[in-house]
Amino acid sequence: MKIIKNIIKFGKITPVLLGLIAFSFCGKEKPAEAESSVGSKGIGPITSVTLGALDEGMAQKGKQNFETKCSACHKFEEKVVGPALKGVTERRTPEWIMNMILNPMEMTQKDPIAQELLAEHLTQMTFQNVQESEAREILEYLRKMDKK
Amino acid sequence: MVLISLGYGCKGGAATAALASDAAKRVYVAPGEKDEVYAFLSGGFSGQMSVYGIPSTRLFKIIPVFSVFPENGYGYDEETKNMLRTTHGYVPWDDSHHIEASMTDGKQDGRWLFLNANNTPRLARIDLRSFETKEIIEIPNSAGNHASPFATENTEYLMAATRFSVPIPQASVPIENFSKGDFKGTVTMVKVDPKSGRLSLELQILVPGFDYDLSHCGKGKSHDWCFFTSYNSEQAYKMIEVGASKNDKDYILAFNWVRAKQCLDQGKASNFGGEYYRNYLPENQPAISEKLSGVKMLQPKDCPGVMYYMPTPKSPHGTDVDPTGEYIVGGGKLATVIPVHSFSKLMDVKDKPEHRSGMIMDIPILKYESTLAGEVKKPCLGPLHTEFDGKGYAYTSCFVSSEVVKWELGTWEVEQHLPAYYSVGHLSIVGGSSKDPYGKYLIALNKITKDRYLPVGMELPQSAQLYDISGGKAELLSDFPTVGEPHYSQMIPAKLLMDKAAKIYPLEENKHPYAIKNEKDARVVREGNTVRVYMTQIRSHFKPDTIEVRSGDTVFFHVTNLEQDFDIPHGFAVGGAPEMPNLLIMPGQTRTFKWKAPKPGIYPFYCTDFCSALHQEMQQYIRVLP
Repeated sequence: MKIIKNIIKFGKITPVLLGLIAFSFCGKEKPAEAESSVGSKGIGPITSVTLGALDEGMAQKGKQNFETKCSACHKFEEKVVGPALKGVTERRTPEWIMNMILNPMEMTQKDPIAQELLAEHLTQMTFQNVQESEAREILEYLRKMDKK
Repeated sequence: MVLISLGYGCKGGAATAALASDAAKRVYVAPGEKDEVYAFLSGGFSGQMSVYGIPSTRLFKIIPVFSVFPENGYGYDEETKNMLRTTHGYVPWDDSHHIEASMTDGKQDGRWLFLNANNTPRLARIDLRSFETKEIIEIPNSAGNHASPFATENTEYLMAATRFSVPIPQASVPIENFSKGDFKGTVTMVKVDPKSGRLSLELQILVPGFDYDLSHCGKGKSHDWCFFTSYNSEQAYKMIEVGASKNDKDYILAFNWVRAKQCLDQGKASNFGGEYYRNYLPENQPAISEKLSGVKMLQPKDCPGVMYYMPTPKSPHGTDVDPTGEYIVGGGKLATVIPVHSFSKLMDVKDKPEHRSGMIMDIPILKYESTLAGEVKKPCLGPLHTEFDGKGYAYTSCFVSSEVVKWELGTWEVEQHLPAYYSVGHLSIVGGSSKDPYGKYLIALNKITKDRYLPVGMELPQSAQLYDISGGKAELLSDFPTVGEPHYSQMIPAKLLMDKAAKIYPLEENKHPYAIKNEKDARVVREGNTVRVYMTQIRSHFKPDTIEVRSGDTVFFHVTNLEQDFDIPHGFAVGGAPEMPNLLIMPGQTRTFKWKAPKPGIYPFYCTDFCSALHQEMQQYIRVLP
């Protein structure tokens, strides 16, 4: 794990190089199987999220943070820098979404879905200094958008 | 090598170079590993400060302080250009000599560094979280702010004394009046706010017209005192290199700053003229530049006990106080001894008439022997500056014989001669000027490097040399070229700084008046002939991306970097912009690029700091309409 830690510290590594590095230790560490990653929780601080009925207050806070820190790269209906987010809460587990927000660097190095997304979009998703509670609120906002 | 034996030869000096056989191992810092110490070197005539890792001697960063810096736009953009305002106008360069680290109870606390500007008297504060210059204050009634900025034990004050005495207040008088007493010097007490670090002028003291060279403040028992060297007590004003070297002794001025403050509080200082700027860079806002006027000036005659002169041979440079606060070591650059004054003796004799030999401007001159603790006899040629290892040893740099001399406090015996290549000025030991040195590394800051490196034209790099002083004998480990002329340094253990280093400016705390925190708010606003572009950056695009203005418009690009990730600055540059260089905008920061729209055409702008695989795509156009 030390290698990975050092790469994360590297900061401004280009996605292409990142891809190579990720690939190189994919050979050494057994990667998660792509098929089994469909219900994956991803890699990061979030291991379990219990969803209840939609919380409007949280979704509202999530919207504000989304607009400041995410909307420069993500729209709902179309791909811009990153993928379109419509339906994301149906495609991914809540844990995966929050881990992607909170731990995008390690996700794009090790998580098979995130690796594929990086290969497609070629821009490393940024960590936007989002706290865990804020990531949960953003998730709530994404749920709300998917229920529309 | 001929040069060494002829020009720099000295018994046990440069000719006896020997490198420890395992030196390479001791300076090797493996990939991914970190250095043990930060070394901050002043840049001399570059006006900057540079940051090195020790023991690797790798250069990490140049921090712009008194000189503009096209690499990141310091001194050019709307946010930082006011940092370089002075009563002489915008002064985009200086000659910076001495770095001081902030201290609490005489120990380095890792909050701020301070740096002087000699040419246009100024003093700067550098924040050690962001490694950025946050404040610059001009020193009025001063000409050549050399003996500066030396801090008291708790960084209550920084001292600043003038190198070139001049008429105060300024006046056009015959220069020969220098020797008639028309020229004066000043000692300035700059107060440091203990929480914010903000600087203010508290008091100036008018002193005789000599050249004040260096200073160091006391510690422990000598807490209330600071010591200033002076040369040219002859008050020569022509052919000074001869005229100022006649007296057998010049002086160390012992200054009781606590007493000075007492006299100020008792109303003994009077209002005096003097205009000056104070420029302050709040976090993520444009610099606030204030022009202030007037100081409180104290005359030594109105405050008995505030100052004493200790005669010191001969044209002294350094005045260095040992970690216990007892010994004040002079560096008489033309002297054959290293004189050491005793603080206890100074206290004993200072007010006894039989220990005085005269007065200058009501400042008592004490007899040399009365305060002398001892002399290191014939240590070297040209002793300059002394640092301490905290283990009872002192290290003195010797400019003429190009060596560092290790000697013992108390016995005054020389223990070791260490060669330096060449013409060493100051030394630095980690925490060596504090109460608590971390006596492992010493660097010698050299003025000349002839034959040390591959030649690169007429001007060779100045250099520094790294010694290991942890064992019984000090050993040379390596040398390295430096940025500008390294004048003085503070070395700080890495553990005191590295975990506090700022990684981003949090967007939610960005109070810049032209910041936008959301791509939705990106826009172009016209106000007459002024156009304000509220722009955002994130990997890997700008918003707005295509812009139209009219020829002759004044365009302000207020660029906010929306990234909140460590080490993702973006750059901003416009093709052919004649007045603005590149800007680097840190994550969460807003900076402003001012541009006079030129003749009609299409002008590209782009990101200059490689930010992602699509960095090359981070580019767009401005159309200038007729």
